[in-house]
Amino acid sequence: MPNARSFTFRHFQVFRGTAETDGEMVRYTVPVGDGMVVLDALHWIQANQAPDLAVRWNCKAAKCGSCGAEVNGRPSLTCKTRLSDLPEHEPIRVEPMRTFPLIKDLVTDVSWNFDVNRSIVPFTPPVDAPDEAWRWKQEDVERVQEFRKCIECFLCQDVCHVLRNHETKSPFMGPRFLVRVAGLELHPMDRADRTKYLRDEGGIGYCNITKCCTEVCPEHIKITDNAIIPLKERVADTYYDPVQVAWRWLTRRRPAGDQPAGHSGD
Amino acid sequence: MTDESGPYETHAHDVLVIGAGGAGLRAAIEAAAAGASVGLVCKSLLGKAHTVMAEGGIAAALGNVAAQDTWQTHFRDTMLGGKMLNNWRMAQLHAQEAPERVRELERWGAVFDRTRDGRILQRPFGGHTHPRLAHVGDRTGLEMIRTLQDRAVASGISVYMECTTTDLLTDGGRITGAFGYWRTTGDVVVFPAKAVILATGGIGRAYQITSNSWEYSGDGLALAYRAGAQLIDMEFVQFHPTGMVWPPGVRGLLVTEAVRGEGGILRNRDGERFMWTYLPDDRRHEYAESDEEASRWVEALSAGNPTDARRPPELSTRDNVARAIYTEVREARGSEHGGVFLDISYLPPDHVRRKLPSMYEQFKELADVDITAGPMEVGPTTHYVMGGVRVDAETGASTAPGLFAVGEVSGGMHGANRLGGNSLSDLLVFGQRAGAAAAALAAETTAVPDPDPAVLRQAEADLAAPFDRPRGEDPYRIHAELQATMQSLVGIFRTSADLELAIEQLAGLQARWEGIGVSGSRAYNPGWNLAFELQSMLICSEAVARSALQRTESRGAHARLDYPDADPKWAGRNSAVALDGDAMRVTAEPLLEMPAELRSLITS
Repeated sequence: MPNARSFTFRHFQVFRGTAETDGEMVRYTVPVGDGMVVLDALHWIQANQAPDLAVRWNCKAAKCGSCGAEVNGRPSLTCKTRLSDLPEHEPIRVEPMRTFPLIKDLVTDVSWNFDVNRSIVPFTPPVDAPDEAWRWKQEDVERVQEFRKCIECFLCQDVCHVLRNHETKSPFMGPRFLVRVAGLELHPMDRADRTKYLRDEGGIGYCNITKCCTEVCPEHIKITDNAIIPLKERVADTYYDPVQVAWRWLTRRRPAGDQPAGHSGD
Repeated sequence: MTDESGPYETHAHDVLVIGAGGAGLRAAIEAAAAGASVGLVCKSLLGKAHTVMAEGGIAAALGNVAAQDTWQTHFRDTMLGGKMLNNWRMAQLHAQEAPERVRELERWGAVFDRTRDGRILQRPFGGHTHPRLAHVGDRTGLEMIRTLQDRAVASGISVYMECTTTDLLTDGGRITGAFGYWRTTGDVVVFPAKAVILATGGIGRAYQITSNSWEYSGDGLALAYRAGAQLIDMEFVQFHPTGMVWPPGVRGLLVTEAVRGEGGILRNRDGERFMWTYLPDDRRHEYAESDEEASRWVEALSAGNPTDARRPPELSTRDNVARAIYTEVREARGSEHGGVFLDISYLPPDHVRRKLPSMYEQFKELADVDITAGPMEVGPTTHYVMGGVRVDAETGASTAPGLFAVGEVSGGMHGANRLGGNSLSDLLVFGQRAGAAAAALAAETTAVPDPDPAVLRQAEADLAAPFDRPRGEDPYRIHAELQATMQSLVGIFRTSADLELAIEQLAGLQARWEGIGVSGSRAYNPGWNLAFELQSMLICSEAVARSALQRTESRGAHARLDYPDADPKWAGRNSAVALDGDAMRVTAEPLLEMPAELRSLITS
């Protein structure tokens, strides 16, 4: 909360509304002190002006990824967006993530992400691998660790124009879950093959590498360069490499997990 | 499994787990593996629970860094850290089983930092004799919760997100399920169950300065207490020595103990390394004798080499370091914003960024401080409650039949003071045990839980009552006053006069809570959500204050200015709190008797 010794006032425009109503931007004036972030201001509004203002948050430390919203149009974690970094002489606009259906005010229905997550083949280690197999060099796990830094704030899903323009109805899993798959595929002990899944249900081909996701990632994961592009290459090698395609045609082999034509139930 | 025939949305399960942090997820996985139908209810989205904020690591005597480490040493450290008030059997099971639980996490996909020979790396922490904490930089909790979350989802557990449990259902004293509401709509929901596991975490939101998220309102403790279960050790609230103190909006935010584990030095405004003067005499021999010996220890650690140097004084136990910092500030040797300085900037910047990446980010982005270039300002923050629901060590069963408790909501494991790193291992060890025990109880229970409609109607009426009083007491104001009371009167140092005043003020707040009012709709209404959570916080706060008043001595995290010394009379007693009619009754109960062979591990 604002430090009593030194504060000024700033104006906010906060979206208020529900799925059933059109909603409107409502103006609030908030006393602002040193180091305040957008979430501090939202809490002040709740405690003093709008007790029913809906905001989803948890840790207030940029570790849980709950408080994503669009601040001045940019997908951001409200808990780490400092007011002093926003233009001083204009109101601060706070709106819900637009890619997901609205529940109320700044809270959206992100359950679609949990459905996508469930469709991914989980970590699949070999059965009875000896203990020695579970010894890895630190250098060898750092790439995997980068992907496992993801805090599931879904800002990358929100900014992704494939999802944004198609309201999550397109068969595209989005950057967050490409990151999860990359973490699984690069895990030294994982033995599952998710290539077909990436091409079909995952819709990896929809991504045209605009890197918007990388720009908004609060964990600074190089989503496009380190996760999506290598996975795209893996899919291309499996399905479109002319040598591999010819070899499969000659030997009548199919990529692991692929079903014969006419039998794909998905 | 879903019965829509009654007036309420109903989901019946063999085992219902309330809370989806590390403890709840581990319990749910175990119960599902045993063949039970499992429901998992949580107030937030899956994967956002407080475990995600844990930073430093999971304590387990793997012996990867110090080969001489054993469960016996871990047990001894835990009991000494807890000032011998711990449930010895929990401390024993915890020390024995933690290594297997950590290896299991790795088999489920967790990717820990590695030693040079490729095994799980372990780091030193306060009160641990050897480097013992398996970790991933300073985001160990995230790694743990994501691994467990993925495992739970793949186990076919039904997850009910953003759902608050407001009542436990009972039938003749036995727990038969839970009643709650969806936060997104405000609609009520009933979960009949043959066994219920509480895994709801702690009570930090009752204090102004806390590292805890809004979820930590003590719901599970209050639910258990209202259902007739006993709480123990509630006077023991851990104030973590190092929270951020500036800027005001982040006051209380955790600064991981791993900063000190990696060599961070505490200094006051005069540049004095004050921890030298606060080491307790009986443990002084375990710490370095000079700056030079402490530096050798840090150098060896950073290089991954063995050393005969002893650990720096900053790695004393949390209760001791928190009191030291508080005292420095009170005696006017603190920093500009009321903290002290914690410095790791004397180590190479790359090393600091690799070992403490999220601390680096946190200070850079929220406080404009580069921790590789200068010191952090830190001060104590309410972090953890050692007390909780009294449980059976083997199973996590509470004193209320059919009700289990695991993780921070349970009491006994940590005694009067928890060692850093022992929480994440606690979640895994006792989550596994409670999950198995609850599934076994459900399997042998033939009666189908059948909630009494009159009870459900009453629960719904209680929940909706604040809407009938739109001009009633403001929940935000009551919360602010509750936090002020707990912060100023039931904090790090306590006195009879302060505690009696706190109990009086809490009674006043309780009376005002009866007239609490909210406006707006039931959909995602934070004022209304807070109204229920305040009930939990008020119960827990009263339990802390009354237990603290009863214990007329200083021990572990409980420090009394009017009784500054440990009293042998209290060495053998746990405080216990239970509902007696309409009132809270506090008693002192004898400790469980420890077998001689375990006692010899501690005295040797």
